[in-house]
Amino acid sequence: MREGAADPGLYPYSPYRGRPKIAWPDGKKVAVWISPNLEFYELDPPANPHRKSWAKPHPDVVGYSHRDYANRVGHWRMAEMMEKHGFKGSVSLSVALCQHVPEVVANANELGWEFFSHGIYNTRYSYGMDEAQERAIIEDSIRTVRDATGQTIKGWLAPALTHTPRTLDLIAEYGLTYTCDLYHDDQPGPVSVAKGRLISMPYSLEVNDHYGFFIYNMSPRDYAETLIRQYDRLAEEGEASGTVMCIPLHSYLIGQPHRIGAFERVLEHIVADGRAWITRSGDIADHYLTHYYDAAEAQGA
Amino acid sequence: MTLDPAYLDYPHRQQGMDHDLYPWSNLFTRPPIAWDDGKRVLTWIVVDLEWFPITPEDKPFRAPGHMQTAYPDYRHYTARDYGSRVGIYRLLDAAEKVGARISVAANGAIAQRYPELIRDIVAGGHEIIAHSTDMNGTIATGIVEDAERALIAGSLDAIEAASGTRPTGWLSIARSQSFDTPRLLAQAGLTYMCDWVNDDLPYAMQTGAGRILNLPLNHELSDRQILTVQQQSVDSYVEQMQDAFHWLDGEAKTHGGRMLPLNVTPYIMGLPYRIAAFERLLSWLAAQDAHGFARGDAIARQVS
Repeated sequence: MREGAADPGLYPYSPYRGRPKIAWPDGKKVAVWISPNLEFYELDPPANPHRKSWAKPHPDVVGYSHRDYANRVGHWRMAEMMEKHGFKGSVSLSVALCQHVPEVVANANELGWEFFSHGIYNTRYSYGMDEAQERAIIEDSIRTVRDATGQTIKGWLAPALTHTPRTLDLIAEYGLTYTCDLYHDDQPGPVSVAKGRLISMPYSLEVNDHYGFFIYNMSPRDYAETLIRQYDRLAEEGEASGTVMCIPLHSYLIGQPHRIGAFERVLEHIVADGRAWITRSGDIADHYLTHYYDAAEAQGA
Repeated sequence: MTLDPAYLDYPHRQQGMDHDLYPWSNLFTRPPIAWDDGKRVLTWIVVDLEWFPITPEDKPFRAPGHMQTAYPDYRHYTARDYGSRVGIYRLLDAAEKVGARISVAANGAIAQRYPELIRDIVAGGHEIIAHSTDMNGTIATGIVEDAERALIAGSLDAIEAASGTRPTGWLSIARSQSFDTPRLLAQAGLTYMCDWVNDDLPYAMQTGAGRILNLPLNHELSDRQILTVQQQSVDSYVEQMQDAFHWLDGEAKTHGGRMLPLNVTPYIMGLPYRIAAFERLLSWLAAQDAHGFARGDAIARQVS
């Protein structure tokens, strides 16, 4: 990025109208990927001068234990539901979960889910890191996920969405191919980096369960209805050129008993509709890189 | 402790306003307005098309919707950019489906950065309203007059360069003005501004540099207020606009023409899960008796 500039220079402008057509496998219109955030939050993390980890003095009992519900209850409920309807997760992983609760990571791996890095802990922020520190968390992420699952991570979602001006250049240098940190589009596209090839993978804050329940204060059924509308629109627009819909989840939220039933209706809706390429983020990235990246890069889109 | 005795002076305690910009006026006793073609209600769609630098400035204030986290705030920078890449085209398509001609309040920076977008808007028959330079171009008391004059000129110049037409309307960021703003806008040759929300119909202000119209762009009817601030659903937003239309249409039958301002934001209303409801609203409005869609400059012309 262009550090200090008003425009960070992340990608060129490309208006939605008149772009080259993206075709997904088997004539599908919208690539749907579910991104469970499998996270670990520390009870007493060190302070980052740019942001507090917990709203209350440590220990923040409700904040911490609410998130811990994910690894005891929520994950299992959510994962079973996804498996029942044929959805593989693309995991935004706090890689320290591989040490803390390897059972959850092993379960996701056995289900055929993909892992990308969401930092070491969701209570350790990138703000203020120097280059060596940031390289260390990237190298740790690659090594930790490989040791625990045999998978080589392809993607990155910055821990708690905290970045440095170097983040995108560094992950591309280490061979990662996609970032989930940019929210400017409903289709993938090239990201400008110093070396390597990096694309933006459409993620979503707007239909993230955290935004739904705690930013917009939606009821479980309202949130499900929102996801269905999001899907219907992107499938319709995908007739012209393939779109991407991400459903980012936190199992301590969606895996609650009053919410999981409403969510199941969303999965049923998507499966029954038939226009969705139900897939994983890395598969979308591979498809885009193979078929569209070079042309988009060449025309500065 | 005692307050300064001047605190108990009331120099403007008189009948009428406490300033000279406009006189008091009762909407219901004014001469009725007759819109062209016998329309009772004109819907004025205003889309705010904004560019947020990733380096926010807090002087005179940080614009609503601006960066929120520590630098670099990719989250908000790119989510706002979504509006000018994707969301705006959904809104333009929605307008096109019902044949609506709309006003797009664009930052000068949008015209400089994305001239093809400005050309697409103009080619659709829409009007560009000047909307400051970029989202660091906020105005409030304390801004130096020359700086404010330069900000207004810079915005108009940038839009004229991209669109070929000098805007006749002005919208300030967050509708925030200095005491000098109406005069400086009139001096810059603008016909109307959209900042004051004290009426349901346009009215004239007198400034040291002559007359300028105010077209009330009701902030309470904006998507930002209803969806983002008050966190109501898009279905409720649609109902509220329909209720507003019914009420204004009823008044129009006895009191003359009314206008319904729809102020929408590409990164808010242009999202996949909301746009269909907005399209339904426009179709519903288009089907109402004696209703029309009008650009701000067309409304201003009819009341001048």
